[in-house]
Amino acid sequence: MTNLTRRAMLLASAATLGATMTLGAAAFAADTIKVGVLHSLSGTMAISETTLKDAMLMLIEEQNKKGGLLGKKLEPVVVDPASDWPLFAEKARELISASEVDAVFGCWTSVSRKSVLPVFKELNSVLFYPVQYEGEESERNVFYTGAAPNQQAIPAVDYLLEEEEVERWVLAGTDYVYPRTTNKILEAYLKAKGVADEDIMINYTPFGHSDWQTIVSDIKKFGAAGKKTAVVSTINGDANVPFYKELGNQGVKASDIPVVAFSVGEEELAGFDTAPLVGHLAAWNYFQSVEAPENAEFIEKWKAFTSPDRVTNDPMEAHYIGFNMWVKAVEKAGTTDPDAVIDAIVGVEVPNLTGGISKMLPNHHITKPVLIGEIQADGQFEVVSQTDGLVPGDAWSDFLPESKPLKADWVDLKCGNYNTETNTCLGADS
Amino acid sequence: MRLPVRICLLGLTLLAFLTLQTGSYAQDIRPIIDEFAAAKSFKKVEAVIDKLAAAGDPAAAVSLRALSEGRLKFKKNDGSVFITIEDAGEFALQDPLTGNAVPTDGATAKDFKKVKVKNSIRRKIAAVLSGMTLQAKDKSQRLAGAETIFNTSDVSALPALEAAIDKETDDDVKQAFLDAQASAILASKREVSEKLAAVARIEARGDRASLALLSKFLASSEGELATRISGAIEGIESVQALWANAQNIWYGISLGSVLLLAAIGLAITFGVMGVINMAHGEMVMLGAYTTFTVQQAFSLYFPALMPFALLFALPAAFLVSGLVGLIMERGLISRLYGRPLETLLATWGVSLILQQTVRTIFGATNREVSNPSWMSGAFELGQISITWNRLWIVVFALAVFAALYFIINRTSLGLDMRAVTQNRRMAGAMGIRTSWVDAMTFALGSGIAGIAGVALSQIGNVSPNLGQSYIIDSFLVVVFGGVGNLWGTLVGAMSLGILNKFMEPYAGAVLGKVIILVLIILFIQKRPRGLFALKGRAVEQ
Repeated sequence: MTNLTRRAMLLASAATLGATMTLGAAAFAADTIKVGVLHSLSGTMAISETTLKDAMLMLIEEQNKKGGLLGKKLEPVVVDPASDWPLFAEKARELISASEVDAVFGCWTSVSRKSVLPVFKELNSVLFYPVQYEGEESERNVFYTGAAPNQQAIPAVDYLLEEEEVERWVLAGTDYVYPRTTNKILEAYLKAKGVADEDIMINYTPFGHSDWQTIVSDIKKFGAAGKKTAVVSTINGDANVPFYKELGNQGVKASDIPVVAFSVGEEELAGFDTAPLVGHLAAWNYFQSVEAPENAEFIEKWKAFTSPDRVTNDPMEAHYIGFNMWVKAVEKAGTTDPDAVIDAIVGVEVPNLTGGISKMLPNHHITKPVLIGEIQADGQFEVVSQTDGLVPGDAWSDFLPESKPLKADWVDLKCGNYNTETNTCLGADS
Repeated sequence: MRLPVRICLLGLTLLAFLTLQTGSYAQDIRPIIDEFAAAKSFKKVEAVIDKLAAAGDPAAAVSLRALSEGRLKFKKNDGSVFITIEDAGEFALQDPLTGNAVPTDGATAKDFKKVKVKNSIRRKIAAVLSGMTLQAKDKSQRLAGAETIFNTSDVSALPALEAAIDKETDDDVKQAFLDAQASAILASKREVSEKLAAVARIEARGDRASLALLSKFLASSEGELATRISGAIEGIESVQALWANAQNIWYGISLGSVLLLAAIGLAITFGVMGVINMAHGEMVMLGAYTTFTVQQAFSLYFPALMPFALLFALPAAFLVSGLVGLIMERGLISRLYGRPLETLLATWGVSLILQQTVRTIFGATNREVSNPSWMSGAFELGQISITWNRLWIVVFALAVFAALYFIINRTSLGLDMRAVTQNRRMAGAMGIRTSWVDAMTFALGSGIAGIAGVALSQIGNVSPNLGQSYIIDSFLVVVFGGVGNLWGTLVGAMSLGILNKFMEPYAGAVLGKVIILVLIILFIQKRPRGLFALKGRAVEQ
């Protein structure tokens, strides 16, 4: 009996507390612009996404120091979708309908993005997606500030072809949509470059794969055919640490078989000793080591906002660009209304952190430089190659027959998948 | 076009090098080394390396090696070139010519800029160095030189190599030199008979590098030589195929030992006590984080003992996880005995709480647990390469198993444990404090999981999710091996490991896992109590 009353009391007090908090927020909401942050703070993806939540909080704080937006303060609304894909959709709905945010920055992995997509369409809001992805998508409500395959994978393969004169390829990835689509594009690209079937080995592993002995030894075997061999890795997240540890221990040296990775950045390298991995590569649009005044300022602020041993990485830069673009578009439109912002943001130019100016394109992707970096002993990357100018993001790959004729243009065509052969917009059904 | 030029250049280098061996050096190379400071692009760095190589002074090896390691830096203000040593916050300078220590004069790492280097430059340096170091005093340098020549089949190195072979006294190095010579002969314009002998020598070596080398020359050779080479390739391949099986067994044992470590604590809490402990993985994770904390403490207070921090982490991890297990058992599980569903839910809740607690304290990102040097690298056993960390983990897993077996079968706690699990009421009637035994058993199982965490931190991530990746495998092993039987866990872990590794090359890692799950489901249908089923009255309860 006493137990029950105590529990009831507790519930009641919790409810009151919750009510006061909502009331407080509501009272505050009148003179603020709300920005939703939709990143997992628990579960498997927390390892990557927590950093982005911190980055967003910092960017919003910075903007408020500069006087906010349209004379109002920005207010972050942080929710935790807990690495659970259906929960992403629920939390997105909560952000847009209940908290009434004007834009959402978030998601990591394509499956989370695909899960929230219907919500953003239905409630007509704006999502900024900061992570490199497989392309083959362009939606009116989504802005893709991460790299499309032509801004990461293709230039990386070009580098290996030209600089390292690679003839044999291992495409290793985690078994889900991003690696599978990227590898499909890469395979088509390599074959177009004259690489034979038997010189391409494709390998998929489950999420969080931890025993890499067989695969690393297979890679060594594949590399012992008298031709220069390289590994293109789309291995994601947690599985990278054991993979690189095994590479180091089995003595796969970068000068013999270089590994170029698309999902390994400064954050991932913070988890282990990189001395045996010096020379392995990564392709990104940003490295912490890039020397540019904007970058130095950003790193300084980041370290002051979090702690001195934290590193910056590519998706953080994507949020930096995306957030500043949104701010500019809102200023240009004079309102936070999603329709006005979606129209205003195309063509907006903001400085990126590598010394260039990124621009939002009609296909809702942005222009970015492509950098190839070598892993250093201190866990940072050193840039060994950089594209001459900025590369515009291509939503539909030219190397896949089914997506070659497609084009995305939300300004003139008002369509995300316009078929240039039949001159029709395929629309939402395909 | 590029290759012949490079080879010509190397040849020139070596010629210069050989003639200069006897006399003094034609020019001082210090000004050349200083040119690195002005080399802002990779092309210019390469040009300076070419100049150094052309000067032919073996003293250049010091700076070249440092460049390859990324330690050759120049002062930003005056462009003077030094070799820097940065170790745990310490900063020191060396002369790039002699390698002697020079005072830093208050300069710090920030005053220096690295000379740019990338993979192709590292390869170039290795090629230049291989010629220079064939007569070096250090055995490992001579071996490295020989290996580079073997892999690149550098014809221009032949004269220097043959001169070095005659002088070489160490047998290992001599063999490596002869291998390198054979490789270079294949690329040279020498007689076919010599080349045939070279092929025979490389075939006898029989490793993957030999296979790569022969495959490379197969395309460019003809007639008798081509048939001989393809014969040799076939020979090596058939030997390699045999070794591949041995290698697979080793990988299986290694994977099995990891499974064993992850599951053995569970074999006690689930197997012996029957508690479905979903927080078992988190006990492993706590062990890994304890390792991280201990290593951090050691690097701060006793840097000299750093290589042995792991040994101190073992008891610490046992205590931390054991204590958490004890609290869990007393506070939660002891109230839920006989209600497996509630236990499952409650422990799962605990696992979430533990994960989020660790995430709050240590952050969501991976933590770096360093490998001591005695756990890094690999050695060759025949044609199998065995990595040290895996070997130690196998040894460690077996040691933990033996210790646990001893505790259960030879100590009074073990006797009490077995008595309580077999017949709780009878044991209570004999004066055993059953609730105390429960608590101790659970603490022991959790502590063992903590120890496993120390070992697993060496091969994987140390992140809050660490436990989740092992929990399913752990239950699989215990159920497959037979609940309540330590031997079952051992055999179960090893057979799952080896089965997995034999499946992987054919089915791939993803499908392999699926097939194994299906096989286990079928097996459990046939033998619901696992491999080693307990028999007798205890089972019926």
